[in-house]
Amino acid sequence: MKKDNLNPLKSKKAEWVVTLPGFVWLALFFAIPAVIVLAFTFHGHTANGGVGDWSMSTWRELVDPDYPAIVWNTLRISFWVTLWSIVLALPCAYAIARMNSKWKNIVAGSIMLPFWTSFVVRVFAWKTMLHPDGWLQSCYITWLTVKNWMLAWIGLASHAPIDVASSTILDSEAAVVLVSVYSFIPFAIMPIYTAAEKFDFSLLEAARDLGASNFYAFRKIFIPGVKQGLISAILMVFIPAIGSYVIPQMLGGTDCVLIGNKIFMRAIQMRNIPHASALATLMAVSVLVPIGCAMWWKRRQNARDRKRLEAQTARLLVSRH
Amino acid sequence: MTNDFLVFDHVTKRFGAMTAVNDVSLTVKKGEFFSLLGPSGCGKTTLLRMLGGFERPDSGRIYLEGKDITDLPPNQRRVHTVFQNYALFPTMTIWDNIAFSLKLAKKDPEEIEERVDEILEMIQLSDQAWKYPNQLSGGQKQRVAIARALVDRPLVLLLDEPLAALDLKLRQHMLIELDTIHDQVGITFLYVTHDQGEAMSLSDRIAVINKGTIEQLDGPAKIYEAPANRFVASFIGDTNFFSGEIVSIEGDYCFIQCENFPQIQAFNDKNLKVGQKVDLSVRPEKMRVTPTPPLPEKGAGINVYPSKVNDIVYQGVYTRYWVTSSGCKIHTLRPHSRFLLDQEPITWNDDVFLWWHPDDGYMVEVKED
Repeated sequence: MKKDNLNPLKSKKAEWVVTLPGFVWLALFFAIPAVIVLAFTFHGHTANGGVGDWSMSTWRELVDPDYPAIVWNTLRISFWVTLWSIVLALPCAYAIARMNSKWKNIVAGSIMLPFWTSFVVRVFAWKTMLHPDGWLQSCYITWLTVKNWMLAWIGLASHAPIDVASSTILDSEAAVVLVSVYSFIPFAIMPIYTAAEKFDFSLLEAARDLGASNFYAFRKIFIPGVKQGLISAILMVFIPAIGSYVIPQMLGGTDCVLIGNKIFMRAIQMRNIPHASALATLMAVSVLVPIGCAMWWKRRQNARDRKRLEAQTARLLVSRH
Repeated sequence: MTNDFLVFDHVTKRFGAMTAVNDVSLTVKKGEFFSLLGPSGCGKTTLLRMLGGFERPDSGRIYLEGKDITDLPPNQRRVHTVFQNYALFPTMTIWDNIAFSLKLAKKDPEEIEERVDEILEMIQLSDQAWKYPNQLSGGQKQRVAIARALVDRPLVLLLDEPLAALDLKLRQHMLIELDTIHDQVGITFLYVTHDQGEAMSLSDRIAVINKGTIEQLDGPAKIYEAPANRFVASFIGDTNFFSGEIVSIEGDYCFIQCENFPQIQAFNDKNLKVGQKVDLSVRPEKMRVTPTPPLPEKGAGINVYPSKVNDIVYQGVYTRYWVTSSGCKIHTLRPHSRFLLDQEPITWNDDVFLWWHPDDGYMVEVKED
């Protein structure tokens, strides 16, 4: 009894005191705004941009035939952005974690360096670099030409001239994915690097020693070893990618309109706050439902694994007697 | 052919300016329990890592079963390592850890199951198979690490200070277990340690390594009783050194005049001549310390020196004494083979006699003039 009192966190009151600031913060800046946004969707809007009376009119307006395609586009592009970010961040984080401490700090620091420049300026710089008269564009055209020529040579396609006007990187989905990966990759590298820092690299040696190739050891030992970092990296990239609107606005042209742009348009240009709220809610639901399903599936899988292992143990114990 | 099972042929490895392994040649027999013993930083672990394939020698070759394996990557060598920190895969169960190498070798599932079950039974952890490594105790992890390395029957098992992380009681227990496992599987064990006790109790042969070279390669008893030089004598167990010059020879014995100690009689097994300088090593347990002088024996005389007791450390099985004789501090011990209270008591500052038989000293180093 007395022992419990020695630890200040053990008493209920102290627990409350310690966690209260966090609770207040979350309530003020997350829970309450989320409820407000949800509440707005059940209001109409007024002509001068205010929120009107309780009504289902906003949800009725939402039956726009464009929206499913836009939600799907957003999810698809976010998926590719996340995938590329992780694929590039993994070896990068691995390499940094294996450097000696001096280089580690220099390289990890320089990954954060771009944040010293305004995000909008950096995206604008990309707009210049990807300009149809720029060198990146001419590299791309050269690549397309070579690819076409090669395909024609091995007989997979007929030799057709490149349509230079329609093959621009700028104002396409590719530009949005490219610049999104560029922008979000530090958020993918950092959590994986933090996990890799704690990873025991002698495990890779042990795997090699037991007959694994370098790639097998990386895949079967390193990646599961940094799983927690990988999960945070995925969330850190996927969530901002879903909500991004600056990048598609500046680089996506008319082809690549994402939900972020629609929300921006409804809220700022058309001054229809309830409609923007409904779109945001729609997007949140379409992300949370698959994640919820995945978590449920994972839990079921874990339970199955445990059962399998218990059965295995039972078999071992039976075979012994 | 069995004599040339594992061969290091003039192997050298440098790290920058430091030479970790300097022109080492040694041969390990098939099925042998072979130890590399030396202080930390002596190059023993580097030797092991070169055999495992994690380091490449700067010069020299390594042969296993007559094949040159020097340039093979770790996964193509039939040698497995038990790492000091165990290096069990934390995301896999004990069962999957052990099955790792078998799955890589693409054995069929029934065989994998059979062999993992078999080895789990050998290490008596069948009931822990579904647990994860962090749920096991240090000794259990150690056993899993050994099982994981042994399950696909490598040609050589490399053990890198495997007991260093365990506490004393567990270490003694694991020593016996390791010995039993070695007898059961009949695989060649190459054991790296800085603990002379471990090496002595397990090994068929020991290579004592210092500063990248082999100081002595022999059986445990030979290394303890007949050390090749001063380093081996002082690294393996405790000893007292007397440096001096041979002044006369009588039959099989010689007399050594020390710079700061009376004359010592010693067995002249190396046929040394008068005038040669020697280091004589006398182990503490070979000396006696008694309140009264010993009875003169037949044949060779006994070395007897009056001394004063400085320090006493009672350790149950025996008592350690540090005595001063002619200004030299000497370390000795007295075993308590009889009930302690029946023995004549010796306490601090007592005047005692320190004595040993001339056969019990060993001349370790002959300094050429």
